[in-house]
Amino acid sequence: MLNQYPAWKNTLILIVVLLGFLYSIPNIYPDDEAIQVSTDSLTLNESDMALITTALEAAQVEFFGEEVSEENILIRLNSVDDQLVAKTAIEDALSDDYIVALNLAPTTPGWLQAIGAGKMNLGLDLQGGVHFLMEVDMDAALGRRMEDNLSNVRSILREERLRTRGTEVIDNNHLEIRFANAEIRSDARSALIDNFPDLQFQTREVGDLFVLDMRTPAEVALQVERDTLQANRTTIMNRVDSLGVAEPTVQQQGADRIVVELPGIQDPAQAIRFLQRIATLEFHLEAEPGASAVSYESYEYDGRLIDVDNEVILQGDRISNVRSTLDQNGLPQVQINLDAQGGNQINRVTRDNVGRMMDILLSETKSRTITTLDEEGNEIEDVEFYEDKRLISHATIITALPRTFVITGLNAREANDLSELIRSGSLAAPMTIVEQSVIGPTMGRENLEAGFNGVLVASVLVLVFMLFYYRVFGVAANAALIMNILLIFAVMSSVIPATLTLPGIVGIVLTVGMAVDANVLIFTRIREELSNGMSPQQAIDAGYDRAFTTILDANLTTFLVALVLFTIGTGPVKGFAVTLMIGIMTSMFTAIVGTRALVNLIYGGRSVQKISIGKYRMPDKSVIKAT
Amino acid sequence: MQLPSNIDFMGVRKIASAISITLVIVSILALFFNSLQFGLDFTSGTSVRLGYSDTVVLDEVNFALTNNGYEDAVVVSFGSDREIRVILPVDESVEVVNQAEQAAEVGETIAALLSAGSSSDVTLLGSDYVSAKVGEELAEQGGLGMLVALGIIMVYIAVRFQFKFSVGAVVALAHDVIITLGIFSIFGIEFNLNTLAAMLAIIGYSLNDTIVVSDRIRENFRRMRKGSPIEMVNTSLNQTLSRTIITSFTTLLVLFSVLFIGGETTQGFAVALIIGVVIGTYSSVYVASNVILYMNVTREDLMIPVKEGADLDGMP
Repeated sequence: MLNQYPAWKNTLILIVVLLGFLYSIPNIYPDDEAIQVSTDSLTLNESDMALITTALEAAQVEFFGEEVSEENILIRLNSVDDQLVAKTAIEDALSDDYIVALNLAPTTPGWLQAIGAGKMNLGLDLQGGVHFLMEVDMDAALGRRMEDNLSNVRSILREERLRTRGTEVIDNNHLEIRFANAEIRSDARSALIDNFPDLQFQTREVGDLFVLDMRTPAEVALQVERDTLQANRTTIMNRVDSLGVAEPTVQQQGADRIVVELPGIQDPAQAIRFLQRIATLEFHLEAEPGASAVSYESYEYDGRLIDVDNEVILQGDRISNVRSTLDQNGLPQVQINLDAQGGNQINRVTRDNVGRMMDILLSETKSRTITTLDEEGNEIEDVEFYEDKRLISHATIITALPRTFVITGLNAREANDLSELIRSGSLAAPMTIVEQSVIGPTMGRENLEAGFNGVLVASVLVLVFMLFYYRVFGVAANAALIMNILLIFAVMSSVIPATLTLPGIVGIVLTVGMAVDANVLIFTRIREELSNGMSPQQAIDAGYDRAFTTILDANLTTFLVALVLFTIGTGPVKGFAVTLMIGIMTSMFTAIVGTRALVNLIYGGRSVQKISIGKYRMPDKSVIKAT
Repeated sequence: MQLPSNIDFMGVRKIASAISITLVIVSILALFFNSLQFGLDFTSGTSVRLGYSDTVVLDEVNFALTNNGYEDAVVVSFGSDREIRVILPVDESVEVVNQAEQAAEVGETIAALLSAGSSSDVTLLGSDYVSAKVGEELAEQGGLGMLVALGIIMVYIAVRFQFKFSVGAVVALAHDVIITLGIFSIFGIEFNLNTLAAMLAIIGYSLNDTIVVSDRIRENFRRMRKGSPIEMVNTSLNQTLSRTIITSFTTLLVLFSVLFIGGETTQGFAVALIIGVVIGTYSSVYVASNVILYMNVTREDLMIPVKEGADLDGMP
């Protein structure tokens, strides 16, 4: 018999429908406004919470659901207004070492979280938050690398006792070494060539000088840039993760930019403070006793003052990997891997300095708020940046170090901290913030509400129209349409953690339009076949069948467009493309398979004289039929 | 509304061509001479930070700014309930020597203006020039994206249909996007990231429409034994007419509700799409089919390769 789906197909559809429903539920639980307190130098505990409680009670702010962990304290509040008051109160109560940020906390019930159902991430435009565009200083990255190469070249030549007539960094990709004759140059070349596998060597003569050029080939430079961007992105990501923001975005954009979006965070100053506290690492030797006072600086370490020689023997960007591990005796240690050149560099320095101490300095750019009085005696707050150098490791060089070496004599906690610090310090190149924007929470909420209402009213109007125009078939189409919206929500909340933005909502609107279109195509086709004199069952089958190619072609081409937009676009364009792609897939399922299942249930498997699909032209009575 | 319609769409194809060409030319001229009114996403601006001694009410600030000729200003709360940020577009036509100085001037003007109309003390915390480099990059990406998308569509349609249909579809898309942009330019509607997304949506919609019509043309060319190409296109357009009208109607229903209820931020979007849908509907009838006819489409163009014929011709 025509128009019956096998039981497995109906079951499958039912399962998809149930899953779609289940996984879109979390979206009806609104987030709580929250304050998040974190610190990167101390661990948090109940006594901090006690201080916060007192501060909030004094400010008469109601709060609930506080969560205290070593890294974070989260306090839930009733409203956005409370959030701002509470933030000021907590900031006043705690010292500058604490970071107090506005945040949002989910209220999804535990059983839903347990099955992996979550809320859809809302974009900055719908939720509010801060957006930064950071630019990586590639020139500095390449330049620093070349300077590093130069000092390496010098020390190799010194060791080999090869005299030069001068060395010079011409530009970020080009180093020039001048010699008195071709023989020294050729010796120098063979001494250097193995140490710089990445560089190209060339010789030329200028006047009576014999020049050796070392150049970074374009593809290597490009690779360096790519690695630098990637490394910086990872560092920023770790940093942002430690901020504890729900669903942050750290994205590469173009060749040298990184986009950081922190939804829910309402305080850009705080976020900048955090992002700019980006560290670099330097390896030094301890100053020799009796060294001239200008050649070293003193740092506190373990309660003592250590004199650290000013010369940098290795930069942090030579570190390729850091791990805290256990040695063969089960004692904690920090294992550091260097790149090839870094390995050569540290080997040369340490083999002449066995028995001396090696120091690792972590240099951070920090900011502090300074309060001054203006002419009228008002307090003015200003943010000032300063460099904070910290000695994080002070250890004896026991042997000439190879590319991979370990720092021992630490307890487990120290080893962990040290490897974390070194990792955070391996930011490959300096970065600047080129653009920042803030979207307030109220504006975000208004956008969301308005957008949501728009979609709601639109959907209701479409539902009413479809019902009126296609009757029973309209009911099937409407069920499919509602299902489609649920499925889009479910996919976006749980399957692909996509972020919903305003353009994304519009993408959904367009999908709703297209989903209806698929049904319109099918239904008009069915009516047409009825007008041509087909029996209802045949007409249904033919309608679905013939409209299918059209729908497939139309949807596939649109899908291709969305895919291109997704690959090429960023930000809003991407957000639109994602929802459109998801919507096309779900709507193909609901509009074709879903409505068909319903129509089959209603009309399938029995003899039907008339179907309720609205008005259509009756077939001409006088037809010539073969008997 | 199942129409036994027999409208001679292609009878006025010459007039339609003339109208389309005129509209495209007018749009290009408008874009060339009048440009688009770019929103803050695409232009540079001045960001002014202000501190209040009491809680700020954003609506009041907005009101004060609008009343004093700063309709384009965007006001957001900034970190606390006593700090706001006002972003003002910079007039690109005025040559500015020192952007920092100019930003400082704007900052002072705004601070003075707002403190005059407010009961609390307003202090100027800082003002900066914000560049729009990001916007430009994004616009380039959007443009590039459209070009690549058009290329891929051409290939797909050439494979599924025939090359003449590719040209038809792409001409129709270009037609829709250019005229929509032209209308934006002529009526000075703001072009921002949301409207950019709308342009992309128009591509999707217009394509959808065009494919549906093309699909029917393909089917009829394969099935109907008699009739000139013009007749067959006419039949196809008549057969898809009720679907075209219903879909455009429901889409417009959706868009008008977004326009009236969806809030300020989506209005530009809705307007762009409404224009796009109207033009897209027209172009799927008159542009794509017309181009196909001008390219002398024949039955042979659409004949199914012999080996597949047996499967596809079966009647249920």
